[in-house]
Amino acid sequence: MDADETAWEQRSVVRVVPPVQPRKLAKVPFVELADGRLQGVVSSGSDIERVYVSSIAAGTHDLSCSTNNNRPCGALHGYACKHIRMLADEAVLQYGLDRVARYLRVEVPEGAGLMSALNGTPQRTPAAVVFSRFLRHLAYLEVPDSTEPLAELHWFPAMGEVR
Amino acid sequence: MLDVQLGELVGDGPAGVEEALALVAGFDGALGHGFARVAEEDAAALAALAGALAGSPLGDRLAEAAEKVTAGSVADEHLAALAGGRAALFGAVHDALLARLDQALGRSRTSWPSAATTDANTGAASVGGATEVDAGAASGGGVPENVLAGCRVWLRELAITGWRGVDDDLVSGGDQVIEALLAVPGSRGLAVLLDGLAAELRASSPVATMDRVPVRRWADLWTRGLLLAQSGPWHGVPEPVSGRLLILGADVHEHATVVRVQVHGVLEEAGGQARLVRTSVAAAKVDTIVGPSVWRLFGGRPVLMGALAEHRSVEIDGMPLLPGGDLLWHDDRARTGAEADPFTTARVQLAGASAPATPPLDRHPVRIAEPVLVEGYTVDGHVLDLGGNKLTLDLDRLPTSCPLTPELVAASSACIGLVRRDGGRWLLQPLAVQATVKKKPVTVHNGDWATGPTDPKVVKAEAKAGDVVAVLRERAGRLLRK
Repeated sequence: MDADETAWEQRSVVRVVPPVQPRKLAKVPFVELADGRLQGVVSSGSDIERVYVSSIAAGTHDLSCSTNNNRPCGALHGYACKHIRMLADEAVLQYGLDRVARYLRVEVPEGAGLMSALNGTPQRTPAAVVFSRFLRHLAYLEVPDSTEPLAELHWFPAMGEVR
Repeated sequence: MLDVQLGELVGDGPAGVEEALALVAGFDGALGHGFARVAEEDAAALAALAGALAGSPLGDRLAEAAEKVTAGSVADEHLAALAGGRAALFGAVHDALLARLDQALGRSRTSWPSAATTDANTGAASVGGATEVDAGAASGGGVPENVLAGCRVWLRELAITGWRGVDDDLVSGGDQVIEALLAVPGSRGLAVLLDGLAAELRASSPVATMDRVPVRRWADLWTRGLLLAQSGPWHGVPEPVSGRLLILGADVHEHATVVRVQVHGVLEEAGGQARLVRTSVAAAKVDTIVGPSVWRLFGGRPVLMGALAEHRSVEIDGMPLLPGGDLLWHDDRARTGAEADPFTTARVQLAGASAPATPPLDRHPVRIAEPVLVEGYTVDGHVLDLGGNKLTLDLDRLPTSCPLTPELVAASSACIGLVRRDGGRWLLQPLAVQATVKKKPVTVHNGDWATGPTDPKVVKAEAKAGDVVAVLRERAGRLLRK
């Protein structure tokens, strides 16, 4: 291990989570790389009360899409529906292609899109877990602000672009 | 800060810091491997930590903890003692470093009030003129014991497993308790700490596949988490203050689910000595709210944000001030005052202002953030040169939510910044600069976008992404209470 590595390991403030890029949230309000899946929530184009829960599994690349009430997406047959495609597009915007591809364990040829490199098949996964993670995500916006000193935040400086 | 002051700051020492940090590194290595089975080298590191503090009030407990943990018995009290020992070492390092900094700057600092008047954990019995809300913040915060116990369970699991063994399941084990912490205002510090740690562990899972593990950082977070999970926070008892607050600058802190603006300033009270204070507002958020959009979350504090954006002073009346120098901000006890250039404040007031003491358990080098004014320097890459003395610029701490950029810093000749310490060296985090761009003088402050970005290009980029805060609030309103 060289001196830089040692120095990095012995610093209190280092960047561990790569920054995410801003994107429009109207159609795909929630995307995450968690539980061994790229998963998220896609707003229905026709019904403002309905959302789809879509996912792509790491490794197997199994595809899943259903409504938050667990009704299967009618458009997912053998190949990805538009919800899964939108999820993938937004994930690439948010995390960058490299990070998404690494998480899903897929080689994306230079210049190709993420979806073209995947050939998973539909496998139902329960929507409830992802949907409840989305609700937990939204619940942060309901937490009141705080004026306490919060000295612990000195470990979490707001940072600039990776340089 | 003058060149001779900088020379004194960056000189050798202080003595003993390296030795103390070597003990910490040994402990951090042991924690990284986990306490499920303690190898010989790690057992020696735990014994060394206990040995170094044998003469301290923690001595007996630490010796027992090192012995028991090495033997495979990992009880809460043992982990608390080890965390206390590690924190004590950092406390000593912090004191030595801050004393060096104060001496170099010629800065006077108040001492922490004696234990009798500020026992932070005995509840709301003696809160003086403060309101009930403030008393809650000052005492243990009213955090339910079962929630704290849940935190200790998760932190214990992490300690037994060691960072290298952490996977998604172990990280998710902390979700429920973090949610419970977020619901209690008095435990926000512990909540944002554990949430930040969990997000880093999740992004790194399985940690065994990481090229390098941030052992110092995660041990810092684990230690502070464990101490906070004993009986809640330790802010001390606030006293109401009134006077004029002159803003020096804004420091922004952020991880996926929180953003906080911490304002550094000088408080002038009638007949009193000017003193350095901080005040802050933290808002919960999600990872997709980034860049200048984060300021939208502070819309509920128009007086503070307006003063930041317009470079104005603030008249405050009966605002609670904690002994650590933190004003508990109440927008309704503040009134926008006259224009006040932070560079003028820094030039006129900074040298004579008295600095606050650090709350005992907050004493850690990461907490050192001393406002200074530096002028007449040159910048070469990451390094500022003042009369031949050099100080590294912390250019990572130029947030995407703020207008300050490395280019502006490079072109600057005057800077208000925070002196920080990490990785064994002093750093300067710029908060504002006076620079020359295209032969014209410009002044840029971190807080300039507090009421919205002022750069047309940034306004346009933000408009393109849409109002993400509004979109998510709409989704929350529609889906959350079903």
